[in-house]
Amino acid sequence: MTWEAVIGLETHAQLSTRAKIFSGASTAFGSAPNTQACAVDIALPGVLPVLNKGAVERAIKFGLAVGGAINRRSVFARKNYFYPDLPKGYQISQYEIPVVQGGSITIATRAGDKPVRLTRAHLEEDAGKSLHALAVPELPAGRAPWDLEEHTGIDLNRAGTPLLEIVSEPDLRSAEEAVAYAKTLHALVRWIGICDGNMQEGSFRCDANVSVRRAGVATLGTRCEIKNLNSFRFLQQAIEFEIHRQIELIEDGGSVVQETRLYDPDRGETRPMRSKEDAQDYRYFPDPDLPPLVIDDAWIERVRAELPELPEAKKQRFVGDYALSPSEASTLCSTLLLAQSYEDALRAGADPRLAANWILGEYSAALHRDESDRGAAPISGQQLGALLKRIQDGTISGKIAKEVFEAMWAGEGDADSIIDKRGLRQISDTDAIEKVVAEVLAANPTIVAEYRAGREKAFHALVGKVMAATRGKANPAQVNAVLRKRLST
Amino acid sequence: MVTAPIASLAQGLAGRRLSSVELTTALLDRVAALGAPLNAFLALDRERALAQARAADARLAAGDATPLTGIPVAHKDVLMTAGWKTTCGSRMLKDFVAPYSAFVVERLADAGMVLIGKTNMDEFAMGSSSESSYFGPVRNPWHLDYVPGGSSGGSAAAVAARLVPAATGTDTGGSIRQPAALSGVCGLKPTYGVCSRYGLIAFASSLDTPGPFAQTAVDCALLLNAMAGHDSRDSTSLDRPPEDYSRLLRPGAGAKPLTNLRIGLPREYNAAGIDADVAAAVDAALAEFRSLGATTVDVALPNLDLSVPVYYVIAPAEASSNLARFDGVRYGHRAAKYDGLADMYQKTRAEGFGAEVKRRILVGTYVLSHGYYDAYYLKAQQVRRLIADDFQRAYRECDVIMGPTTPTAAFRLGAKSDDPVQMYLNDIFTVAANLTGAPAISIPCGFDRNNLPIGLQIQGNHFAEALILNTAHRFQQATDWHTREPATMALESAR
Repeated sequence: MTWEAVIGLETHAQLSTRAKIFSGASTAFGSAPNTQACAVDIALPGVLPVLNKGAVERAIKFGLAVGGAINRRSVFARKNYFYPDLPKGYQISQYEIPVVQGGSITIATRAGDKPVRLTRAHLEEDAGKSLHALAVPELPAGRAPWDLEEHTGIDLNRAGTPLLEIVSEPDLRSAEEAVAYAKTLHALVRWIGICDGNMQEGSFRCDANVSVRRAGVATLGTRCEIKNLNSFRFLQQAIEFEIHRQIELIEDGGSVVQETRLYDPDRGETRPMRSKEDAQDYRYFPDPDLPPLVIDDAWIERVRAELPELPEAKKQRFVGDYALSPSEASTLCSTLLLAQSYEDALRAGADPRLAANWILGEYSAALHRDESDRGAAPISGQQLGALLKRIQDGTISGKIAKEVFEAMWAGEGDADSIIDKRGLRQISDTDAIEKVVAEVLAANPTIVAEYRAGREKAFHALVGKVMAATRGKANPAQVNAVLRKRLST
Repeated sequence: MVTAPIASLAQGLAGRRLSSVELTTALLDRVAALGAPLNAFLALDRERALAQARAADARLAAGDATPLTGIPVAHKDVLMTAGWKTTCGSRMLKDFVAPYSAFVVERLADAGMVLIGKTNMDEFAMGSSSESSYFGPVRNPWHLDYVPGGSSGGSAAAVAARLVPAATGTDTGGSIRQPAALSGVCGLKPTYGVCSRYGLIAFASSLDTPGPFAQTAVDCALLLNAMAGHDSRDSTSLDRPPEDYSRLLRPGAGAKPLTNLRIGLPREYNAAGIDADVAAAVDAALAEFRSLGATTVDVALPNLDLSVPVYYVIAPAEASSNLARFDGVRYGHRAAKYDGLADMYQKTRAEGFGAEVKRRILVGTYVLSHGYYDAYYLKAQQVRRLIADDFQRAYRECDVIMGPTTPTAAFRLGAKSDDPVQMYLNDIFTVAANLTGAPAISIPCGFDRNNLPIGLQIQGNHFAEALILNTAHRFQQATDWHTREPATMALESAR
């Protein structure tokens, strides 16, 4: 009996606005608890929400990028429930009418490209954090210390952070596909600059709805929702575990109960959190404090004009225009930084083939090594292009270029100044090479004798001596030619 | 002199015949002498008031004054007032000191008004009698056994007893107009969105409207001029060009200043069980308006009888959500002993809220619940639209709509406190303006057999504040109901 898994993801992408979605407080991560919570965030009596247009703009951007429909009128609703880190006793979210409807994302699977349909994307605010049995290093003056074992602290810095909840249709059929979808979505939200994608800080987290059914059955099985998966690895593991759990349950004669589950990465298993019977009645109703969100065509067009070329289109263009392989193009388009650096290098005059090799090789390795692949690189695409041009015009060899690259990465300056300062200009002057060759031959009679005895390896040894004597700067082709000529006489 | 309307006091201040310090001192003394039996004030601060009065006098001396500079005012305790206890009449906020000020509080302070105190009110503005305050009921200065109306009963009673010439209120279903009527003063509910709700502790967000209490329509216009205006911190605040609400009130309109004014009289009002004395007073007022040149025309508001049921679905629904923030976690009351989170919530809210607040939270929670939402909340919103349509049709035939503010004059304390439905029916004529968002004023127009004041309500279409203020003003120029003051002997003897 074969089984099929049916998976849909709900992804919360934290939008990269500087201020919160309904207040002016900062969204920066990692500040001392409650230092980034203003009167609105802590829900003092009498305060009111004011929508941050930057969050809306990012939602529009996303909708355009996935080919979804932007609702000209969407509505914020209140989702009512009590929890200490939910200061108002309700979360402002979009319920009946979201800002984005439909759209799709194409993922790469073993069987080729597969479109995954999106149901919707809606704007909402994040809650704060409950810190249990926490250690508070410093208490405000005059405050009696809490018994930290018994109390729960509330940090409202995150309360009101803008989120875009992106809901997929149940189009995914395996943990691998779910991860491919999550990774593609992750790359896309970073690409269009609406989310920093930092999963450790919770800027991008997924809930997975998982059900199983026997192959060939059209109806959906009972689903479980696994909450708060904040790494691709956990997403994969949790879904795999859950699929197996459900199959075993059914094969043993049981049935799946609709419930919300949590993944425990230490044990590698999902555990029930609450059942459908415990499901709260959120008493959604339109938030009377916020008029409907109206988006006109002009706003949409303004956002469209700012939208960068999307990864899929760029990839096709790279393959077509620069004769790159689909896999190379795909890797170059995995982040906007790589793709832009590549294009900037070309604009600076670099050869497309050479630039692709360098961006995928040295450049990516350096970024990875410095873990700076999220922010700005120390070498811009344009600077890299200037370096590659010096290989192309014979000023330096590829090998020397690597030395120059490292120096540039370390901040020593641009390619030309490093080449000059370090005297790395390639020696292509035949007289100069002749002179060094003569010296090397004179200083190494034994090797010369070996060569003349027919040992080709000795020739390479002599080339090495010449390169060493010029500290790698001699033009290798010229060195070869001069050596052959001198040794054949 | 100190019990005169704002406009007269302002002349005295401007002419340097009176200083704000003298005025403020005199009124604070009057509050001390007469205020106790009314229980109109929850907080008074003589030192701070006198400091503001001195600053106002400096402004007056420097020629930098507004028409309100140096005039004492009191704020309903639903309005956040920086550095003042702001309790909302609830145990939940018994010791809560506001860290910031509401927009209208800021505006009146900017205009130079002198804040003398915070006024008592029904708990969380839920009520029509000011009996549900945790701090005890407010009493009607015309007869201490009677209620002053609510929920802004403290403000209405304070202005009626001439303890302060101006006070703020908030009107969610009539909470300014109904106590104005029952206490014999003017109370204006502006168009929704004209005065920012920022800093108004929310009861029902789509209905809550700040507005002024004063002795005259002229004074209400002066106060509204300062209170109105766009506020970027309230997304429902309207961004309109500033308007001078006093502009139609200039003298020199002739003997028939209301010629061309068409007064709509809803037929449905006749079936609403209006007390005979109230009906007679309103009829007399209408005769006065006709003599001022106005004409009357019958209009139809066929869904009027649905306004109270609709209101008592929508307002509790919004309240049930708005009051969720009072959970004992961050501020306000928290139960002293509890066992776990759920118990903390239950005990805190059980102790912190009074019976009427709990009743509305329960009703609101019910009407928003899964399976009931469509039948109650959604249906109520649809009917709300029908009611608004009725008014738009009526305003094709008239400029203002008049009738009694309430079916009866003030009732005795305790008379309706055990019968919430009877209490709610007191709102029959006032809730429609909240459901539609349109402005309305209540002005004194007579007394009933118990010598209790009767209020005339003048409603207008959206943004018709200047028109209804002028209509009220011309009536007040021709009559003296608004100048009647309650006898202070009763207050003195009750001390």
